[in-house]
Amino acid sequence: MEYTILILLLPFLSFLLIGLLGTKLKPVAAGAAGTAVTGVVAVLCYITAFMYFGAGRDASGVFPQTVAWNSVWLPISGNLHIDLGFMLDPISVMMLVVISTVSLMVHIYSFGYMKGERGFQRYYAFLSLFTMSMLGLVVATNIFQMYIFWELVGVSSYLLIGFYYTKKEAIAASKKAFIVTRFADLGFLVGILIYGYYTQSFSFTPDSSVMGVAKTMLPLALGLMFIGGAGKSAMFPLHIWLPDAMEGPTPVSALIHAATMVVAGVYLVARMFPLFIGYAPEVLHITAYVGAFTALYAAVVACVQSDIKRVLAFSTISQIGFMIVALGVCTSADPHEGGLGYMASMFHLFTHAMFKALLFLGAGCIIHAVHSNEMSTMGGLRKYMPVTHVTFLVACLAIAGIWPLSGFFSKDEILAACFRFSPVMGGLMTFIAGLTAFYMFRLYYCIFWGRENKELHAEHTPHEAPKSMTFPLVFLAAVTLVAGFIPFGHFVSSDGHSYDIHIEAGVAALSLCVAVAGIALATWMYLREDRKVADSLATTFSGLHKAAYHRFYIDEIYQFITHRIIFACVSTPIAWFDRHVVDGFMNMLAKVTQSVSVVIRPMQSGNVQKYCIWFLGGALGILVMLLVI
Amino acid sequence: MNILSLFPAIPLLMMLGLWAARNTRQIHTVMVAGASALLVLAIYLVLHFIGLRNSGETADMLLTDSFMWYAPLNIHYSVGVDGISVAMILLSTIIVFTGTFASWQMTFNVKEFFMWFCLLSVGVFGFFISLDLFTMFMFYEVALIPMYLLIGVWGSGRKEYSAMKLTLMLMGGSALLLIGILGIYFGAGATTMNIMEIAQMHNIPINLQRIWFPIIFIGFGVLGALFPFHTWSPDGHASAPTAVSMLHAGVLMKLGGYGCFRVAMFLLPDAAQELSWIFIILTTISVVYGAFSACVQTDLKYINAYSSVSHCGLVLFAILMMNTTAATGAVLQMLSHGLMTALFFALIGMIYGRTHTRDIRELSGLMRIMPFLSVCYVIAGLANLGLPGLSGFVAEMTIFNGAFMENDTFHRVVTVIACTSIVITAVYILRLIGKILYGTCTNPEHLKLTDATWDEKLAVVILIVAIAGLGLSPLWMSDMISSSVTSVISHILN
Repeated sequence: MEYTILILLLPFLSFLLIGLLGTKLKPVAAGAAGTAVTGVVAVLCYITAFMYFGAGRDASGVFPQTVAWNSVWLPISGNLHIDLGFMLDPISVMMLVVISTVSLMVHIYSFGYMKGERGFQRYYAFLSLFTMSMLGLVVATNIFQMYIFWELVGVSSYLLIGFYYTKKEAIAASKKAFIVTRFADLGFLVGILIYGYYTQSFSFTPDSSVMGVAKTMLPLALGLMFIGGAGKSAMFPLHIWLPDAMEGPTPVSALIHAATMVVAGVYLVARMFPLFIGYAPEVLHITAYVGAFTALYAAVVACVQSDIKRVLAFSTISQIGFMIVALGVCTSADPHEGGLGYMASMFHLFTHAMFKALLFLGAGCIIHAVHSNEMSTMGGLRKYMPVTHVTFLVACLAIAGIWPLSGFFSKDEILAACFRFSPVMGGLMTFIAGLTAFYMFRLYYCIFWGRENKELHAEHTPHEAPKSMTFPLVFLAAVTLVAGFIPFGHFVSSDGHSYDIHIEAGVAALSLCVAVAGIALATWMYLREDRKVADSLATTFSGLHKAAYHRFYIDEIYQFITHRIIFACVSTPIAWFDRHVVDGFMNMLAKVTQSVSVVIRPMQSGNVQKYCIWFLGGALGILVMLLVI
Repeated sequence: MNILSLFPAIPLLMMLGLWAARNTRQIHTVMVAGASALLVLAIYLVLHFIGLRNSGETADMLLTDSFMWYAPLNIHYSVGVDGISVAMILLSTIIVFTGTFASWQMTFNVKEFFMWFCLLSVGVFGFFISLDLFTMFMFYEVALIPMYLLIGVWGSGRKEYSAMKLTLMLMGGSALLLIGILGIYFGAGATTMNIMEIAQMHNIPINLQRIWFPIIFIGFGVLGALFPFHTWSPDGHASAPTAVSMLHAGVLMKLGGYGCFRVAMFLLPDAAQELSWIFIILTTISVVYGAFSACVQTDLKYINAYSSVSHCGLVLFAILMMNTTAATGAVLQMLSHGLMTALFFALIGMIYGRTHTRDIRELSGLMRIMPFLSVCYVIAGLANLGLPGLSGFVAEMTIFNGAFMENDTFHRVVTVIACTSIVITAVYILRLIGKILYGTCTNPEHLKLTDATWDEKLAVVILIVAIAGLGLSPLWMSDMISSSVTSVISHILN
């Protein structure tokens, strides 16, 4: 399995090549190089997946955790060292497939979407960097390698959000994304430090001999690590960077901020799952509450946003909340006993990556066609963009959880896991699933049906996107159609043993009813040209509507904390203190020296008579001292 | 002749050559020849040193040499290196080499400038190879004094004030050092000035150690920008010409950290253990305070100077943890900070040379105008905020891991506080990048500016390659350093 090094090395080389050559390379050549490399990587990932799952289970009936290669990168102390390696296990292989597929689709799509953009080469270089980092993250053999690549995906995300670096909003958004996730990473780092110190290794499976002491500290370490995960995965209240991150090019939003990087936090919890379940189940349940609240909050906000990418961003936050909840409600490692959520979460991660990438890429086509993100500029687009329309509808049905699309299966498993945990949790998540169906179809109707912005469209007729952009849509729609029938439990489950997914009739019926109700409500409110109901609701509950539209003012709170408190009440006083007190003291020393020297300067007047007087005075003084003592 | 003595000797020869040079071309030839010789020699030294270690040389100091210089006080010219000093020498040669290219365009009194520049490097190299307390001190002074003229004559802004302030504060530090060195010499029985021998004897009474440790630590700490003795740094850097800022922040500030470790802690280990907590508090303040101060500065050099306070604070913080990992991290941080900050100052100098302003409120949209310099600035910034793959990450992670090994509440708390600097660093770096590089250029004068010339590109690229090299494969450097650090630390702890 030595060849797996290519999976990381190739994108890195392509990043260096495209990045160093820069504008010396023709845009098409840069794009082709990036896409070709990603294509090769995707093929390698598929081969790896095929070989890994093809090799079958080991004697104990699980897919073994194999390390393709591993070497020490930086020794820390006696038995503590940071390794770089390539680990294969069911979830990392699943992630390899997801990342390389979506990345390849985005590479192809970007040919059309970014055509003629200034910085085309830079764009592809960053995409390669991101692909390398994300792949490195999921195959990490130890928690520190994960942290290394975690930071690298953070910086690629920063660079790509700020791709349009002359745009003020993009600069602010990229900065915000990096700093918020950095803040969360502080928790991750301290968690790793605690983990490394007490378990004497950075490995995911610490030696059982150290567990006696370590187990008291593990809940703290895992909790801190989850803060890092919450930052990347945009969990409340660290979610604020994700909606703003939509300032980046839309394919980037599809790749990074919908399908891959934002689920890194979910992946982290899944990776540490054996430790969570074994030593810190209460922390795991806290993550479930965080996830549930985030899912609810984001779904409510998504219902009233007017920017198409913002709706999708909040929908992403909400769906990641589902995944976190699914992990958090696990009560044991046995899928039959209460570990169902683990499989459900990974399954949802997989299906969500596909249909959410599809939604974003579809949104990209729409934005490309009408040159705006605002829903008011759309409406009635189904006539102009048939392919986008159909694929978008597929994705909407999937995310709403309609049988037989992939989202139905994965969401159903999540709801089943939630109901096993507690009826309240199950009810809440079912309600949010209904909200999801509602806001997605609100979006769908506002774009493709409803009131058409005729003046705008007459001036500039929307048109279907080029082939390079519609192909990824069709491909992802096809995956979305069939992915639900993958026997996912056969590959991934909480204890590694094969698990047959079976639909629980009650839960399935309930979730379908809720989804259909959500869709029906959206149809009633938004299908028609005039939206009397929606408008009157918005005016009746104008306070709530306004608050939700402004995302419940969380951003404003952050703004207040950073600018009014950290900058104005910490940094500025410190800088003032430094200049006026610390430095002032040094300057004062100099001034005192100077004035003392002015005072004593007359003693050196050059006047011999004065010297004589000083001399006599001194001699007398000494004489007196001698006599007295 | 011992290979180590070549390091101070070559700059001396360069001074002779410069003295004889008649025009700028010849001056440049001498500088490039000398700086390249130093660089090659340093690379050879690293390889040779690793070779010797691999062949089983276990002595603490290798390539030693010694002869009597002043018998009444037992002052020797004794030299020798371990992994720490080899790393520092390599760093110094890289900075001297790139500094030469960064001052390629200088036109005012070029010959004199480079002569002082060479004298400064004599002091730096001499300091790192010395094993004799007095000789070390002498070289230290040799490195400090040219600073005054380099800033006072070739500087910009309030250069006289800054030069005076910097020199006086550092001189104040060296006054403490002289007292401290004599204190050690007489405390250890007045038989030898050799660091290794004094350490071996380990006979300085604890009550004397308690006096000399703070004095020496502060003496070196002034140069290492220890809070509250750091205020020479922002003014000094702001006024210094580019190459001098590079050498000063890149190498000279490391003399402080190196001295604290090699002299204060190594020779006065008992007091170091007893009193370390005081300095740990001060360095923790340095780390966070420097970072917060940098957040609201408006002058590019001030931002970098405060960032240096923060990063150099981390060096002192790490050596005070007194374990091998943290101390290895400290040396890595010295290397990394030296390269990063030299890169920063070089780039700031290049931007200032074009725009004639360092005020970030007057700069914007430079990315479009000078893409090469801007991209390098972003890389420098990312290195500074600890991006994996660049040197800062390696150093910081080693330090944090090492600091976390001290298992008591006090150390844990200060470590977590120090860790917060990674967030604050991100804040000021991204604020800076967003303000000056991104956006659209609003000043029509700036639109006409050109990107880097070849000499500037060379300087910048070498620094970036060094930063990335250290960041991507830190293993060999970390091994070389940690083997030497281990023996120092085990001496301190016993």
